[in-house]
Amino acid sequence: MAISLDRLTAFHQRAVNVRNDRMEVIAGNLANANTPGYKARDINFQEAMRSATYGQQHNLTRTNEKHLSASSSALPREIQFRETNQPDTGDGNNVEVQKERNMFLDNGLRYQASLQFLDGKFKGFKKALTGGQS
Amino acid sequence: MSLFNVMNIAATGMHAENVRLNTTASNVANANSVSSSYDQTYKARHPVFAAALDQANQDQTRGTGVEVLGVVESQKPLQVEYSPGHPMADENGYIYKPNVNIVEEMADMMSASKSYETNVQVADTTKRIFSRVLMLGQGR
Repeated sequence: MAISLDRLTAFHQRAVNVRNDRMEVIAGNLANANTPGYKARDINFQEAMRSATYGQQHNLTRTNEKHLSASSSALPREIQFRETNQPDTGDGNNVEVQKERNMFLDNGLRYQASLQFLDGKFKGFKKALTGGQS
Repeated sequence: MSLFNVMNIAATGMHAENVRLNTTASNVANANSVSSSYDQTYKARHPVFAAALDQANQDQTRGTGVEVLGVVESQKPLQVEYSPGHPMADENGYIYKPNVNIVEEMADMMSASKSYETNVQVADTTKRIFSRVLMLGQGR
């Protein structure tokens, strides 16, 4: 039986990926808090996870080079505009800094949680390999 | 797609707010610079921000940084004051004061410094998470 690190860590690795993207988008929102005309954006975590899982499961073999590839990047993550409570500040910017900061914090903590899970997987794996010694 | 991107975005935000703080400082410092002609008088400066759309990276999964398109001079009319005794007065007895509104500038300054702070915090959090990522699998 081959040991598949991928199968061991796949879920959390994907979660970390999506968290990473989301962090980037929210950082962009915060950086553009004073840019006229900028609209707040966000990634829907659940949908992104689903599409990541979908991409991962499609392990199709290409028997002809004309076949389209079904790699994990087949489904791009959708970035949506966020619905905000504050429609407009007069210059077309609808970033709510407080909300974005909260989202950033929330996302960061969940990121760390995913990392911890991943770390736990590695630890368990290591323990299994060494037979519990040292 | 990496944490470096988050760092870069926070950095563009810091840079933009830094430019805003700079122009505000120069506006406030020059608020009372009197001169004797319309052209030589200091005019309030304001940076123009725009979202830096990264067209090179066509995929939609990224955040957007800020770009400072440039600094423009305010088109508001200058304050012209009749003050014949002033050493800088022109032949008609007028002096010209900059079109700087101190109250506006102060509000701008607070907003810029708060936004700067936010971006610093984003960078700080990213740094901490980054070090956690680097520690992955190191423990026993």
